[in-house]
Amino acid sequence: MDLNMDLNAPHSMGTTIIGVTYNGGVVLGADSRTSTGMYVANRASDKITQLTDNVYVCRSGSAADSQLVSDYVRYFLHQHTIQLGQPATVKVAANLIRLLSYNNKNMLETGLIVGGWDKYEGGKIYGIPLGGTLIEQPFAIGGSGSSYLYGFFDQAWKEGMTKDEAEQLVVKAVSLAIARDGASGGVVRTVVINSEGVTRNFYPGDKLQLWHEELEPQNSLLDILSSPSPEPMNI
Amino acid sequence: MNFMASKQPENFLLGPESDSQRTLYPYVTGTSVVALKYKDGILMAADMGGSYGSTLRYKNVERMKPIGKHSLLGASGEISDFQEILRYLDDLILYDNMWDDGNSLGPKEVHNYLTRLMYNRRNKFNPLWNSLVLGGVKKGEKYLGTVSMIGVNFEDNHVATGFGNHLARPILRQEWHENLSFEDGVKLLEKCMRVLLYRDRSAINKLQIAKITEEGVTISQPYSLKTYWEFSAFANPAQGAVGTW
Repeated sequence: MDLNMDLNAPHSMGTTIIGVTYNGGVVLGADSRTSTGMYVANRASDKITQLTDNVYVCRSGSAADSQLVSDYVRYFLHQHTIQLGQPATVKVAANLIRLLSYNNKNMLETGLIVGGWDKYEGGKIYGIPLGGTLIEQPFAIGGSGSSYLYGFFDQAWKEGMTKDEAEQLVVKAVSLAIARDGASGGVVRTVVINSEGVTRNFYPGDKLQLWHEELEPQNSLLDILSSPSPEPMNI
Repeated sequence: MNFMASKQPENFLLGPESDSQRTLYPYVTGTSVVALKYKDGILMAADMGGSYGSTLRYKNVERMKPIGKHSLLGASGEISDFQEILRYLDDLILYDNMWDDGNSLGPKEVHNYLTRLMYNRRNKFNPLWNSLVLGGVKKGEKYLGTVSMIGVNFEDNHVATGFGNHLARPILRQEWHENLSFEDGVKLLEKCMRVLLYRDRSAINKLQIAKITEEGVTISQPYSLKTYWEFSAFANPAQGAVGTW
């Protein structure tokens, strides 16, 4: 492995990003790993970025491309809000992202999930994958980690969940993806958006449940050795 | 080497990719569209899948849309380019309506517009990565045409895109005839779609059938086809030849 080459590789967010609608709003979720080749450049990134008070975007793919696209769209939406005189709708935000993604499809490498709440349509999620297709969905998954979640969502997703059910689903899903995708890791961040406002949540690795072949974290081997050995079974 | 974010290895013969704007390859794609003329107009079928490479990523994509009063457009290929074509057609129809002269663009005219659009993009080496099927009825005249991403266009009694050309057209050549009833037309399309479901890896079992007649466009709700797996040879394929697949 050529370390020199890898450290100069473009920052990319092998990522897991998720957006889910529930009865009342949306929940966005993401992992927090940004990698440069094999090195983890940032283990606590925030991939859920604000566009307006009521619309956020989950970013995946090239860190630079996704940051620039969201910066431009935030700028346009700010002007749009002033001209409109009221909060921008999720659909407008999503279409602005689409315009940039589609018209620069040869140069950009970023997949985005736009989610938010507005008074006309309520909670909405729009997926904008590579190429600039705009697709409205009840839930969306993206990033390299999403490959491991198609089956999970086929089984676990249902219409009309409560806010807590939706958030638990998102946290579980990102956590499962982190377990299997080397390009995803760190903490799980969620953002809940509804008529009442926006709530950011943070789930560090040790707060998540353990999956197959994962062990309870210990301070040291010494703690394990010093604790009494388990009793033999009485069969 | 200059440090720009070119995503592909630069080919000596092609020159740096950043120099020209051209669509290189599709990302989210739709598979076959099949259509035929029947007694009252046109019937068209397409599944609702949007593939992302080999992953069947999106399962609720509407690949057929009404255009104006007299036409129906179905598309396979890159979905983002199809969405852009719909925007171009919105502008075209709006312009036509603004004349407010009682005239409206028929399917033949829309097909011609699309042909010019696709061919001109092809000439600039920046194609819209789609194969389109345009069907419609105006003043009793039925019209069914197709345009490819390189601008090849023609009209026929039945057309298909992609795999449909290889699997559906032969069936249609055998069984299509003038003045099919609605029921026979639907059954014929379903026969084609079932074969595509068996044999096209990017097909999904969720489709819509659309009809366009003088009265207007109707696109069915999404539905699934039954498939048959009970051939005795399917149950025990290795019976006569152990190790066979």
